[in-house]
Amino acid sequence: MTIDLHGFGPALLAGMLMTVKLALCALLLGLVLGLLGALAKTSPNKPLQWLGGTYSTLVRGVPELLWVLLIYFGTVSLVNRIGEALNIPGLELSAFAAGVIALGLCFGAYATEVFRGAILAIPKGHREAGLALGLSRGRILSRIILPQMWRIALPGLGNLFMILMKDTALVSVIGLEEIMRHAQIGVTVTKQPFTFYMVAAIMYLALTVIAMTGMYFLERRAARGFVRAGE
Amino acid sequence: MNWDVIIKYLPRLADGAILTLELVAIAVIAGLILAIPMGIARASRNPWLRAVPYGYIFFFRGTPLLVQLFLVYYGLAQFDAVRNSSLWPYLRDPFWCTVLTMTLHTAAYIAEILRGALQAIPRGEVEAARALGMSKGKALYYILLPRAARIGLPAYSNEVILMLKASALASTVTLLELTGMARTIIARTYLPVEIFFAAGVFYLLISFVLVQGFKLLERWLRVDACQGR
Repeated sequence: MTIDLHGFGPALLAGMLMTVKLALCALLLGLVLGLLGALAKTSPNKPLQWLGGTYSTLVRGVPELLWVLLIYFGTVSLVNRIGEALNIPGLELSAFAAGVIALGLCFGAYATEVFRGAILAIPKGHREAGLALGLSRGRILSRIILPQMWRIALPGLGNLFMILMKDTALVSVIGLEEIMRHAQIGVTVTKQPFTFYMVAAIMYLALTVIAMTGMYFLERRAARGFVRAGE
Repeated sequence: MNWDVIIKYLPRLADGAILTLELVAIAVIAGLILAIPMGIARASRNPWLRAVPYGYIFFFRGTPLLVQLFLVYYGLAQFDAVRNSSLWPYLRDPFWCTVLTMTLHTAAYIAEILRGALQAIPRGEVEAARALGMSKGKALYYILLPRAARIGLPAYSNEVILMLKASALASTVTLLELTGMARTIIARTYLPVEIFFAAGVFYLLISFVLVQGFKLLERWLRVDACQGR
């Protein structure tokens, strides 16, 4: 069986590229937010703890689609005002930027919990050893905590990235030209919804499989030098 | 912040919240029923039986819910056989399409939760049941499933919350659930921040109540008591 895409194949591939770009940018923002959130939540400072906790609870309790819509449509006047202050009239958030912010926000909220769990899994003695050696707190974080935490957090982050990649489809609702949007355009022209959405589904499946393979190698690399318990 | 508008449209948003709850309730209950045989098959020691639900689970976990929803709501109409069938009045209706998609979607995830729970049951308990002369079916019904229900309950409650948030996608196929209602109101009032904020508070409230409800259920089923080995 051959699938006739009526010349929309290249457009769909371009959409796939856009999906990957969106997912990677959101991943970057989400990792930063998640790390900050986890550091805030595990810090001894009470207001910081509260801030980190509120962020992860609030963002995780509201649907991703609502965040996408809120950030795209809700910030129009705010961004306009910022534009006026910077002397750029008519400044507005692009669908891509809104998607990166919304998905990064959601990824970061879940990543906060993953990173927090990983930080708590590092034996207390390691930090104390660092302090005893006279390392500064920043040094302890960058040289002792972060390198070890990475390995523990990796499986959780991999799962979150799979979720993030599927959530990128939501950004088609605000008109970003990724896989789903291109499929929709193809449908309006050819009137073959099943064919086009099935091709879109297969593209997401392919991306998922690629990400899973990548995670397998990353995890294997991160686990080098460790023996799995119970084996 | 324009509070008067929020208060004025609160009843409409509440209507939307009720539809959201209906969608989620049907999906997670029907999904659970659908997932039980699949989960049991996935935990089986027979590789052929294990392979049967694998394709289904792989597809539904590997593609976005939005794609699945569009495949069902828009895609099925491509086939004349579907349009001429007696099911068409249901498959034409956005409500039933959303319920169907959400059920199929969540069933794949719940089946994997159930598989994990069944495999986490200590082997000794299964052997004890068999040693007492229980048939495989009886052991499954009286020992394994009740035990797996308690092990899998926390993960199941997570899945329910995820479905609550996923139900927002129903707004893309014209359903007026919480998000759809919010978008409709915004189209009339041009106040996205206020109305989306109010809708977000509704979602937070619902998930808070659900989390508390599952805590009660966990206490009632004495999940903690079963964890100690």
